[in-house]
Amino acid sequence: MPKWEGKLEKVDEFRWRIPKDYKKGMRVPGLIYADEGMIRQVIDDQAPEQVANVAFLPGIVGSSLAMPDIHWGYGFAIGGVAAMRVSDGVVSPGGVGFDINCGVRIMRTNLTREEVTPKIKELIDALFYAVPSGLGSKGKIKLRSGEIDEVLIKGSRWAVERGYGRPEDLETTEESGEIKGTDPQRVSGRAKERGIPQLGTLGSGNHFLEVAVVDEIYEPEAAEVMGMNRVGQVMLYVHCGSRGLGHQVADDYIKEMVRAMPKYGIEVPDRQLACVPVDSPEGKNYLGAMRCAANYAWANRQCITHWVREAFCRVMGMSESDAGLQLIYDVTHNIAKIEDHEVGGKKEKLCVHRKGATRAFPAGHPDIPQKYLKIGQPILIPGDMGRASYVLVGTEQAMKETFGSTCHGAGRLRSRSAMKKQLSGRDVLAALEARGITIRAGSMSGLAEEAPEAYKDVGDVVRVAHGAGISKKVARTRPIAVVKG
Amino acid sequence: MKKFEFIEHTSDIGLMAYGKTLAEAFANAAGGMFSIIAELDSVGEAESRRVEVCADDIEGLLFEWLNSLLYYFDVETLLFSRFDITEFEDTRLVAVCHGEKYDSSRHRLKTGVKSATYHMLEVDRENNQVRVIFDI
Repeated sequence: MPKWEGKLEKVDEFRWRIPKDYKKGMRVPGLIYADEGMIRQVIDDQAPEQVANVAFLPGIVGSSLAMPDIHWGYGFAIGGVAAMRVSDGVVSPGGVGFDINCGVRIMRTNLTREEVTPKIKELIDALFYAVPSGLGSKGKIKLRSGEIDEVLIKGSRWAVERGYGRPEDLETTEESGEIKGTDPQRVSGRAKERGIPQLGTLGSGNHFLEVAVVDEIYEPEAAEVMGMNRVGQVMLYVHCGSRGLGHQVADDYIKEMVRAMPKYGIEVPDRQLACVPVDSPEGKNYLGAMRCAANYAWANRQCITHWVREAFCRVMGMSESDAGLQLIYDVTHNIAKIEDHEVGGKKEKLCVHRKGATRAFPAGHPDIPQKYLKIGQPILIPGDMGRASYVLVGTEQAMKETFGSTCHGAGRLRSRSAMKKQLSGRDVLAALEARGITIRAGSMSGLAEEAPEAYKDVGDVVRVAHGAGISKKVARTRPIAVVKG
Repeated sequence: MKKFEFIEHTSDIGLMAYGKTLAEAFANAAGGMFSIIAELDSVGEAESRRVEVCADDIEGLLFEWLNSLLYYFDVETLLFSRFDITEFEDTRLVAVCHGEKYDSSRHRLKTGVKSATYHMLEVDRENNQVRVIFDI
């Protein structure tokens, strides 16, 4: 893919603008969060063109935003945030992506690295067997006829009622793991058929389970509130999404919107940006179905959490409460949400698309858990398998600039085929083992594709998000063992 | 003649597929997609499915065709290795797809495909070739 050669203006150390006059049809400018070093990577492919294309969409306000982990996606760039007025703007399934409510959660433990390391091989094997992962894997949950609709309506609460996890897990999940406004009738039979056998599975690609260790704390007070008390403390991550159900919902509605666009007089520069008015029947149907898929993903992560806890306690030979296995938080990074934001000094209802971007609400915001009201919403930024992940909190600055949003991960730098040419799965495994990271993977070629070298350094991404003030660093963790789907 | 080749994309995988006819290019695109998912050499033809898809235009038909096949993989873990397209129009195609249910003892899976996307999707009638980017 050729280098991008469009118009780009440096705003300050962390911000770059694509002016509105770069392309006829842009309704707002583009704004990319990056520093000097990163922006060179960003223009290496066509991601900025995608940022400009999103600025075409009706009702978009502020700027078409790109978080520092931006990379070339399909339609929207990954790391994109776009807010549209509900009154006259659009919703676009491409602005959410195929893996609706792909997201990540982190659990704390009372244990230290020294206590867990002697059993790490046993632990990672136990996690690998407890959680079905990899391509073609089937879940072990049997749903009653029609029960899938309950999953779609209740999300995490369905899982907790079925005995997967604890009621307090719901308090520390974005939207309590149960986003309202679902409409299971708008989810096709095909989507449900795909979702039923896959409930309670991790999937493949970049999805993972990780045993990590806190290795630096930047904001001790906020970390303490989250139960991250000390360096060396063991944490557990779960990263996955809505599986085939979400993919089918996205397919179904992209098709429907391509068909409906002419009726609303909407033209887009890329069909993958297909969209309809938020308030139209098609828009409402999509949002109703998308929320179902989001709840499916939350139920999925909740079931997996339960098995992770069971496996962890069994291997460590202790009870859940002795192990201190509390869910710190669960965030979604592929979603569209109706939220109130200030636009030009006026409160406005917006449809905020976050595609590879995380909500970053500040302290005092009514939508965040009571527990975190004083520190701001926890934000989880998983990095690659070899380096680090970060826990951040949301800020006022994010509310002002990015509709309460920040980055979601490291962001890909090199293509899958480029990685496979350079490295074999065995090379990656050996390199990680040499760094003290134990890996269990469903597929060796998948491992090569997901090698640390495929990604930007998550530390750079977080430095920009922190430097620009759209979130604040709280702690960093390092992986000690990973199950790769 | 080359059936298909992959094109570089930072986060996902792109595919160009060719044919003597457009129908053949569609069949080769499907073959290319399943070769992302699995090592196809070991996939036999014990099962077949008749697949019929409709769309509003030829680009939509390609999107629908590939995504319909992913449905069979998700629901029945069917890996397809050969595609006979028996009827082919701009807005409708019928195919008999041959393959096998995934068996971990004999088949090697590679990379999961979430969906075909519309991004850069192209159907070139003159040269009987198609381009599609998959979400991985």
